[in-house]
Amino acid sequence: MYIYDEFDRTLVAERVAEFRDQVGRRISGELTEDEFKPLRLMNGVYLQLHAYMLRIAIPYGTLSSRQLRMLAHVGRRYDRNYGHFTTRQNIQFNWIKLEDLPDAMADLASAGLHGMQTSGNCVRNITTDQWSGVAPDEIEDARIWAELLRQHTTLHPEFSFLPRKFKIAVTAAAQDRAAVKVHDIGLRLHRNGAGETGFEVLVGGGLGRTPFIAKSIRPFLPKRDVLSYVEAILRVYNQFARRDNLYKSRIKILVHDLGAEAFAREVEAEWQHIKDGPLALDPAVVAEIAARFRYPEYARLDDDPPELTQLRKADRRFDAWLCNAVTNHKVPGYAIVTLSLKPEGGAPGDATSDQMDAIADLADRYSFGEIRVGHDQNLAFPHVAQRDLPELWRALDAVGVATPNVGLVSDIIACPGLDYCSLANARAIPVAQELTRRFRDLDLARDLGRLHINISGCINACGHHHVGHIGILGVEKNGEEFYQITLAGRADERAELGTLLGPAVPYAKVADVVEEVVAAYVELRERPNETFIETVKRIGVEPFKERVYATH
Amino acid sequence: MTSPLEQKLKVTGPVVITANRLGDGAVVYRTRDGNWSTRLDDAAVVSTAPAARELLAGAVADGLSAVGAYVAPVQIGPDGRPEPGNLRERIRCTGPTVRCGAPAVAPAITIGL
Ligand code: SF4
Repeated sequence: MYIYDEFDRTLVAERVAEFRDQVGRRISGELTEDEFKPLRLMNGVYLQLHAYMLRIAIPYGTLSSRQLRMLAHVGRRYDRNYGHFTTRQNIQFNWIKLEDLPDAMADLASAGLHGMQTSGNCVRNITTDQWSGVAPDEIEDARIWAELLRQHTTLHPEFSFLPRKFKIAVTAAAQDRAAVKVHDIGLRLHRNGAGETGFEVLVGGGLGRTPFIAKSIRPFLPKRDVLSYVEAILRVYNQFARRDNLYKSRIKILVHDLGAEAFAREVEAEWQHIKDGPLALDPAVVAEIAARFRYPEYARLDDDPPELTQLRKADRRFDAWLCNAVTNHKVPGYAIVTLSLKPEGGAPGDATSDQMDAIADLADRYSFGEIRVGHDQNLAFPHVAQRDLPELWRALDAVGVATPNVGLVSDIIACPGLDYCSLANARAIPVAQELTRRFRDLDLARDLGRLHINISGCINACGHHHVGHIGILGVEKNGEEFYQITLAGRADERAELGTLLGPAVPYAKVADVVEEVVAAYVELRERPNETFIETVKRIGVEPFKERVYATH
Repeated sequence: MTSPLEQKLKVTGPVVITANRLGDGAVVYRTRDGNWSTRLDDAAVVSTAPAARELLAGAVADGLSAVGAYVAPVQIGPDGRPEPGNLRERIRCTGPTVRCGAPAVAPAITIGL
């Protein structure tokens, strides 16, 4: 858990007061919509198809039970009893009234929550591995670095009017759970040959209209230099990026046009001026931030307590859930538990206010009051004693968040699509819902193994379709919804963009085609544990294409 | 941003002017008497570019009740009433095609394994 200081609290409170005044002036007509729009966007307020949408940042995916209860309250009091967790560690409320927004924001602020950096051409909410601080494979807690960057970039005048939005992700584990290679800047903390820790710096990744995997511009950056180096990158971006063309204004285009080497040279040249200045990190400052991340007082426990082993033997369903949703923890006797927000027939990432309240209560009882939000649109309890798992399983199941499908075919990532989003071409949620019904058989899902389906309702790619093992992109053709399907994208440390399967298929056929692709995989895999992406990598998309387009 | 009034209007069939209500973002339609209504039935339907432009000009001039006014296609139903002309407008008119919020709790324990 991170403890905000007085500065943050004052900043958020001032912002609410300012926004209340702006809303008042808009309603009275003193501000026109053109004047008001950039102001509301700075606070995460969008106007969608049928209502205003409020996006709230959940920095590095860490929430306290108190904050989750506050989100439940906002959903209940100002919205329609639910919220939608996104792929960027944010939550969105879809039905908030303009006149209620200042009150909703004041309530959120009382729990340290806000919508700053969730919209506009600034450095957005910085994301990390949702298991930071507890993952056994991490070098250190990535959130410390995300927090340093958050403090440095929040309201930084030089970075408040960037050519376009700017997304940074940080990981400190061998397995990349933060998708750093598809961010404007990805920072990967690792150990070099000499045993020192530092960052590999990746730049120019991103999805959307022109997707790119980030290029590594520096294999090893000492930790003390992370702020100055990021600043140098942002300066080069600010100076050279295309402000004249919305579609070419992201850093990925600049890196591509200049070439990664030339871009890196510019950054290094800029960095030389500032690297030993005030941005060089004093270890005491880092230590102070690190001290604000509080870890629970873990008990001394052993792994695999007898009550666990007994129930695993006695109840196959418990065993299935445990194998699927429970992960090793740094501390013996503890576990990380993923809460699936992907029940059969559900809208991916949606949680009702009642569910949020119930989850907050369970977090108090079983996870030291802490909850994590992942980019997979699921939640996690980061500190669960293994001996509590049987009880917790029953309790989570009663709340509807114990579907043992984490990382499997029905754990679908989907954006709001045309049901809510004013930019959408096609719907995403009903496609996801239909697929969860088709793949309801959990034995089959387990047999298929790791298989990520990602759905976006338009080329903006909020559902990260390019990096889905099966990616589905909604397009519009003559007023009808069509979907392009790509195979074998991935968002992890070996990130790749998917390959197009063939011509787009109509709405009514998408689920059939996905089923067909999956059936083809089962036939074509070399051995039962060859994963879907391995099979596609080995034989290419052609055999899948032949099969799908022969039958449709 | 280009004002909607400066954009070229191509009107090939019946259209209405639609926008989002300032206070709550609800979908509204411009009525014949220069007001806004949440019911498509109340919308003024026109079929020529000049008529649409005139209706739009009035809507845009009223920047306080509703925002983001634009021309949207409609179809005239068998009963003579306007219906949304495409999927986007249908969803705007009748709401999301999916149930709001998470579905009824489907406990995994009861799902067959
Ligand atoms: S991908 Fe497109 S449709 Fe989906 S949320 Fe993003 S902008 Fe909206």
